[in-house]
Amino acid sequence: MVELNINGRSHKLDVEPETPLLWVLRDVVGLTGTKYGCGVAQCGSCSVHINGEVMRSCVLPASFAAGKRVVTIEGLSRDGSHPVQKAWAQHDVPQCGYCQSGQIMAAAALLRKKPKPTDADIEEAMTNICRCGTYQRIRAAIHTAAGSRKDGGSVIHIVDAAVPSSSVAAADNRDNAGA
Amino acid sequence: MKKTLADQSIDLSRRRFIVSSTVAGGGLALGAHVPFGIGSAEAAEAAGTEVNLWVVIRPDDTCVIRIARAEMGQGTRTGLAQLVAEELECDWNKVKTESVTVARNHASKRAWGDMSTAGSRGIRMSQDYVRRAGAAARTMLLQAAADQWQVPVAEVSVANGIITHRASKRTTSYGKVAAAASKLTAPDHKSLTLKDPKTWKVAGKPLKRLDTADKLTGKQLYAIDLRLPGMLHAAIKACPVFGGKLASFDESKIKGMRGVRGVVRVNDSTVAVVADMWWRAKTALDALPIVWDEGEHAKVTSASIAAHLKTGLTSDDAFADTNFGDASKAIAGAAKKVEAVYSVPFASHSTMEPMNCTVKLTADKAELWIPTQNAEASMAALSTSSGLPLEQCEVHHLDLGGGFGRRIGNQDVVRQGVAIAKQFPGVPVKLVWSREEDQTHDFYRPIAQCRLEAGVDDGGNLVGLHMRVSGQSINAFANPAAIKDGKDVRQLQGLWQKPGDAQIGYTVPNMRIEYAMRNTHVPVGPWRGVNTNQNAIFLECFMDEAAKLAGKDPLEFRRALMSKHPKHLGVLNATADKAGWGKPLAPGRYRGIAQFMGYASYTAAVAEVSVSSKGEVKVHRMVLGTDCGNFVNPATIAAQVEGSVAYGFDSLLTEISVQNGRVVEQNFDSYHIARLVHLPKVETVIAPTYDFWGGVGEPTICVAVPAVLNAIFAATGKPVRSLPLKHQGLTLI
Ligand code: FES
Ligand code: FES
Repeated sequence: MVELNINGRSHKLDVEPETPLLWVLRDVVGLTGTKYGCGVAQCGSCSVHINGEVMRSCVLPASFAAGKRVVTIEGLSRDGSHPVQKAWAQHDVPQCGYCQSGQIMAAAALLRKKPKPTDADIEEAMTNICRCGTYQRIRAAIHTAAGSRKDGGSVIHIVDAAVPSSSVAAADNRDNAGA
Repeated sequence: MKKTLADQSIDLSRRRFIVSSTVAGGGLALGAHVPFGIGSAEAAEAAGTEVNLWVVIRPDDTCVIRIARAEMGQGTRTGLAQLVAEELECDWNKVKTESVTVARNHASKRAWGDMSTAGSRGIRMSQDYVRRAGAAARTMLLQAAADQWQVPVAEVSVANGIITHRASKRTTSYGKVAAAASKLTAPDHKSLTLKDPKTWKVAGKPLKRLDTADKLTGKQLYAIDLRLPGMLHAAIKACPVFGGKLASFDESKIKGMRGVRGVVRVNDSTVAVVADMWWRAKTALDALPIVWDEGEHAKVTSASIAAHLKTGLTSDDAFADTNFGDASKAIAGAAKKVEAVYSVPFASHSTMEPMNCTVKLTADKAELWIPTQNAEASMAALSTSSGLPLEQCEVHHLDLGGGFGRRIGNQDVVRQGVAIAKQFPGVPVKLVWSREEDQTHDFYRPIAQCRLEAGVDDGGNLVGLHMRVSGQSINAFANPAAIKDGKDVRQLQGLWQKPGDAQIGYTVPNMRIEYAMRNTHVPVGPWRGVNTNQNAIFLECFMDEAAKLAGKDPLEFRRALMSKHPKHLGVLNATADKAGWGKPLAPGRYRGIAQFMGYASYTAAVAEVSVSSKGEVKVHRMVLGTDCGNFVNPATIAAQVEGSVAYGFDSLLTEISVQNGRVVEQNFDSYHIARLVHLPKVETVIAPTYDFWGGVGEPTICVAVPAVLNAIFAATGKPVRSLPLKHQGLTLI
């Protein structure tokens, strides 16, 4: 039996204390937003916050989290309104989306520590794998969430192939309604 | 086999349709706990009028656009919706999408066409019939409004789903006339005139994806997240040596472990443990004593495979797909010659969502939940392995946590899932592969070597080029029937003379391009970009070696060979221009360039790198260009271009190697996938020529790596001929 505080709620769970927190969250509590990617603390898909620190739940025994505050992607905000989630939406970061819970949890933890991270800070903190390769937009979205930069993200030139010099730069901050 | 929309029966398009499909894409919030089958409240909310098979309109003007292709992150769901919406003239802010189930497509005689999503076909092979479907629905909706007002249809017009009769200033909306429209006879789809893409207002624009919100909150339901009442969980192990067998296992050793419900001999090489939680199944499987009969390949190593491929570089069993003039003679007689051997390793797909599926079998029904690029192939595998006819099979295909070619033809996980579920009738069993299983039982990007020779004359012109590719054949492994007369042209993708799909971009007076098949026991399959990956590295890196020999700038050297390939040249020029080719660079930075063609799109790339004295390679900036003909969403194209760079970087960073007949790199601590730090700033150049439809998801991947390698060559003076970089004492930082 393990007692856990997850997203502000306490749960008494009949699991072996050494069960990785990831599988307790997914298969017992039913919080499937936290993903399994590698099981060996390499990819970060399983990232959660424990007492405010980002940790990889696939290698943490459930007992480690007992008596601590566990926050998962489902508890980051009630309605997707965390600044990181909003910036992610603005930059249309996800492709398949599978890694994104972990990316968002890692970014939120980074911003709590460093409200205005530099590119170097982002490179150091954001070691989660995204197999779809959304890294450029992740970097831009973190700067946006920090309020330090609104541009960045994808850089798109639409050109006439026959006349290479006539180009238009369509940057980010795309607007659905304006199309 | 293929049925076009125009052929379909009118009856289908007249039915009033209540959403009952199990995996609705848009609008329906499927909580992680909710078993499939939508509750009555949602069904009522989702009710709408089916104007035709592709378009359902609700009274509140919501347009539900049905999507048959798989969404695995590439953005096809949004792109196809844009194409339908463009012709439909509906309000984009009221567009939702839903997936067509394979059962419905099957029951409708494939009215939605091919569901397979591979070969960068999602848009280019659907664009015509989905646009016609949108146009047909618009025609019917306008007619219904005109009928209601008793005015000629020519006098009514529509914008954003609001229909207007100018003369009388009356307006109505799609939601109000949909029911009447659905009763009209559909126009002949073939007779409809489609808009000129240059006039598009919704398609062609960098609109945001329709499927983002749930991916930010953990709500998005992947197949691996499925939870059904009474569900059991399975962990699986196949013989680590490909081709080996399961000899025995000692079930008694794990009897009594908590939650374990059984051990299943899945097939002659595979065993699974089933438990009430996946972790318990995996723990018990790891504790299960298993004896493998490793078979004849147990001694194979990367070195023995390399030696086997090497024989193909000079053997006489190759075939020439291209043979102009006399390459050997021209090279022998040339003023200067260069020769090189390149090698590219196996690579794994490593989709972030590991292989998985859930199967529930009863006496008269087989049900499957799966992330699949080909729901029809999944259905076929479900039917054959369960022994139930298609009519009694149901496939719920969920949006995938990555595909990249892993989840197309080979439905290995379905056959496994069914074999396991047969032991638990009536109980849903979710099979999830561990990452280790996923890494070691993939269908890898084929390994290849290439010997190249070139000769240039005194003027620095390329007079002869000889390429001999030796490597594993995907077709030999997966589809031998596709090999005609022993000639597997597919392995020379991107080097073909045939225009339109994957044509070589150079004209050389004496040119010979050959392939010698050298298969191994390692399973291979399509991997994002497939054979363009290694072939572009071979050709484009060697072009820089030849340019250096000729004493020419790599771009000028290429241009001189491309006058007969204006589209290849156009995108190369546009990319070089945006990259500032030839302009001064910061000290210590060097550029490399590459161009290639695949999936009907022309691509080029320029990379800027620096290389430290310790061999640390930093890629600072990349510009990638594509001429995909017409384009549907520039923002999606940019995402795919950026993603293709990251995926392609496997060739720089890592490899799948073989020892004792098995894969060495079992997890991401040894298979090094690009992280954020490795990626340069990527700029996307879209250079459309509007006279064809090319792919987007794959084409740019193959130019990313050779552009980087050529920049390293420019920096160090040493060509990088063997990948990954560590073979040359280089590290990507
Ligand atoms: S699943 Fe925990 S880090 Fe990959
Ligand atoms: S969005 Fe697909 S793995 Fe990151």
